[in-house]
Amino acid sequence: MSSVRETLDHCVKCTICETFCPYSKATPLFPGPKYVGPQAERFRGTEGSPDYSLDYCSGCGICTQVCPQGVKIAEINSQARAELWEERGIPLRNRIVARPSVTGALGTPVAPLANLTLRARPARWALERTLGIDRRAPLPRFAGRTFQAWARRRRGPQAASGTVAYFHGCSTNYYEPETGERVVELLEHNGFRVVVPRQGCCGLPLQSNGDFPAARRYASRLAATLDAAGEGAPIVSNSTSCSLMLKREALEILEVDDEALRRVSERTYDVCEFLLGLHERGELRTDFQPLPLTVPYHAPCQQRGHGIGKPALDLLALIPELRLVELDAACCGIAGTYGLKREKYEISMRVGEELFAQVRDAEPDLTACDSETCRWQITHGTGVPSVHPVELLHRAYGL
Amino acid sequence: MAALQTDVLVIGGGSTGAGVARDAAMRGLGTVLVERRDLADGTTGRFHGLLHSGGRYVVKDPPAARECVPENAILRRIAADCIEDTGGLFVTTPPDDPAYAEQFLAGCRATGVPVEELPVGEALQREPRLNPRISRAFLVPDAAIDPWKTVWACARSAQAYGARILTYHRVVDLVRSGDRVVGARLANDLTGEEVGVEAAVVVNASGAWAGQIARMAGCDVEIQPGKGIMIAMNHRLVQTVINRCKMPADGDILVPIRTVSVIGTTDVRVPDPDEAPVTQGEVEQMLDEGEVLVPGFRRARALRVWAGVRPLFQETKPGLVSDTRDVSRSHTLLDHARRDGVEGLLTITGGKTTTFRLMAEVTVDAVCEHLGVKRPCRTHEESLPGSQDGGHYWLGARLASREPVPRSEQIVCECELITRRKLEEAIDRRRTVNLDDIRRTLRLGMGPCQGGFCIYRATGILHARHGVDAETANGSLLSFLQERWKGVHPILYGDQLRQAHLDDWIFQGVLNVRELAR
Repeated sequence: MSSVRETLDHCVKCTICETFCPYSKATPLFPGPKYVGPQAERFRGTEGSPDYSLDYCSGCGICTQVCPQGVKIAEINSQARAELWEERGIPLRNRIVARPSVTGALGTPVAPLANLTLRARPARWALERTLGIDRRAPLPRFAGRTFQAWARRRRGPQAASGTVAYFHGCSTNYYEPETGERVVELLEHNGFRVVVPRQGCCGLPLQSNGDFPAARRYASRLAATLDAAGEGAPIVSNSTSCSLMLKREALEILEVDDEALRRVSERTYDVCEFLLGLHERGELRTDFQPLPLTVPYHAPCQQRGHGIGKPALDLLALIPELRLVELDAACCGIAGTYGLKREKYEISMRVGEELFAQVRDAEPDLTACDSETCRWQITHGTGVPSVHPVELLHRAYGL
Repeated sequence: MAALQTDVLVIGGGSTGAGVARDAAMRGLGTVLVERRDLADGTTGRFHGLLHSGGRYVVKDPPAARECVPENAILRRIAADCIEDTGGLFVTTPPDDPAYAEQFLAGCRATGVPVEELPVGEALQREPRLNPRISRAFLVPDAAIDPWKTVWACARSAQAYGARILTYHRVVDLVRSGDRVVGARLANDLTGEEVGVEAAVVVNASGAWAGQIARMAGCDVEIQPGKGIMIAMNHRLVQTVINRCKMPADGDILVPIRTVSVIGTTDVRVPDPDEAPVTQGEVEQMLDEGEVLVPGFRRARALRVWAGVRPLFQETKPGLVSDTRDVSRSHTLLDHARRDGVEGLLTITGGKTTTFRLMAEVTVDAVCEHLGVKRPCRTHEESLPGSQDGGHYWLGARLASREPVPRSEQIVCECELITRRKLEEAIDRRRTVNLDDIRRTLRLGMGPCQGGFCIYRATGILHARHGVDAETANGSLLSFLQERWKGVHPILYGDQLRQAHLDDWIFQGVLNVRELAR
């Protein structure tokens, strides 16, 4: 059946995953990755999910990254969670937070009202009582415009040395279109023609919230779109979690059996990974102006799941006078939609505390981080604005 | 010397002996059961755990199949908690003669084994790891039965009806008075004490060892010990019992039981039931056969291998049969008065765990006849302790029992999810210093690490309990490690080899257990 489950055979009980897991440290309700992963999996498989506690796994994937034996721990948990929710029925809250393309499309035309409402205490209280979305949790602001609309209006430069297809993801489209604009301008500055196909959600939030059938539909639909875009050119993305979905998770965790997805998986790159590749070949413009700022950088868990090192650090190091601080705390605690949930908000903040403290200690002007939900959480936890690394590159280019 | 008097002395603490003791005690007979080691330590505790539907025997041994049908139904009722209702599939794999399937169906109809053919697609949906090239699949009411739970439940029931259970008591000799067996001399192997038992009837239920016991009364019972090896795989590769749909042979059963799946078995005649070594050839054979059932089997992790010894008996042509599988799997009751002119001794042998209750019933019927009493058997009517609510065992139970706050209690054995409290309760209840006894009660150390992470913890807890001195606790640790090693070293490859290395670093490198042996 699933190759993920079979990796439980490699577990020698060494407990390394347990010592790294930031979530089991933060709550007794999560028994730890070894427990819910290779151990508990031996008790699953017949009718009825025995353990609800596995839902306290955030899916950050640190356990899988640190396992020296190759056990796909987070992936086992993810699959077990899908079975749990299939049996119990997915709560309305999880269905809503798992569909950013739907909430984005609904909120965008009424952005001022929606933003006002989502920041009003009575509304947040009601949201917490009715849906279980914690009233303190960091919700994004609707931009009131979409990146897609900008991209469709834009006429890029005529001459180009190459093409890239841009997978911007839902957050860029509805909440941070400026990040997408920066990505396009950066790439164009480096001589690329940027193709932006109309695109939907990758399915990751659905996967994390246990709705595998819907997640598979979204992933396949997106794969078909991207497969047709840019004639085989590299697909570049600024959302490390969504691009990890395309690169690996949809194939491995959702077990989507789809040729288009396999092709897309092969040609998808994180934007920093792509730019650093250019630099290594001497093809990246390095006409950076000095940026005298102190910027701590946090590599999100899903970024580390790419197995590409931390290319953002190397890129940002090219900017003169930028004081870059590498943060080594494990996780910000938000894990996509985990920290939004009433029963998990406080866990999420406890997990993030180490990172928040490191940020505060750095006395920063800004923080940099590749993932949007992590940026919102870091700002929520520290009050310091957080930007994608491309924002800093863009500024340093003086674009 | 301590002395006991009883109506029935039952020799052997396997499923047959425990069944006989329960049946006799329920009929109001004074009963003593004696077992040289722990209950279900012999053949009963060393089988794959398959509760037969009878399907395996419908062509080869129809009488055995006929016995299985009602007994399967009775045990599901009275021993519900010991049984997991996995169902069983008979599948025709590429190497199997496709013609056997029709014989199988006809055999099921003739013997009354309930059977339903499943479309191959449905069978594969039910068991996705199964060989996709199977051509036919039949569903039968096979199940998985936990031998230790079953035997202990019988023993507890017998005790509740007044029986005495003497474990770690070895029969030194049977006592004869003229042509009559009148009792036995026992040795308590834990204390060295001698115990004499006077009994009106002695029931020899010692399975593969029945020849040795009968000889003490001067009777010649030719038991052919048939060795079968089994390999436990690290997790449940299947959730349904899988049988090859072909004439019974080696390595054609895969049983999901508790957290593992067990492939079995072989059948090799051995001279001494206490000497049943596992050979490399047999291991390779099991892995090859596993590959036929579940492609990728060889890459899956094997936890442990062991051998059990079947008590096969054939009266008519002793010494002539070399393939012990040709001997009927039905049981045989020998009345040594009629057979050998020795009164007061019955031998019940052959058979299988699925039919242990029936074997006990016919044996105690004969006992009653000897004693001149008429009391009907009730063992099929009354549920065993722990099975009264009729609910079957559920794989997820241990995991579920730790919710909603899984970390509220210390876990000692992580693989089998045994808490400190459960371990302490078992140590108290079993009144044992032997960690291997605890293993059979709780499955302590039976998971992937084979005691690597729990046995040093359990040893400390044992030591802290009831003033078990350090030397005794350490001795228990060492013998446990030795016992586990026996089952691991023949299958040291892949993941289990890595585990063995880590365990070795823990016990030799960190704890220096070698020094404890001095």
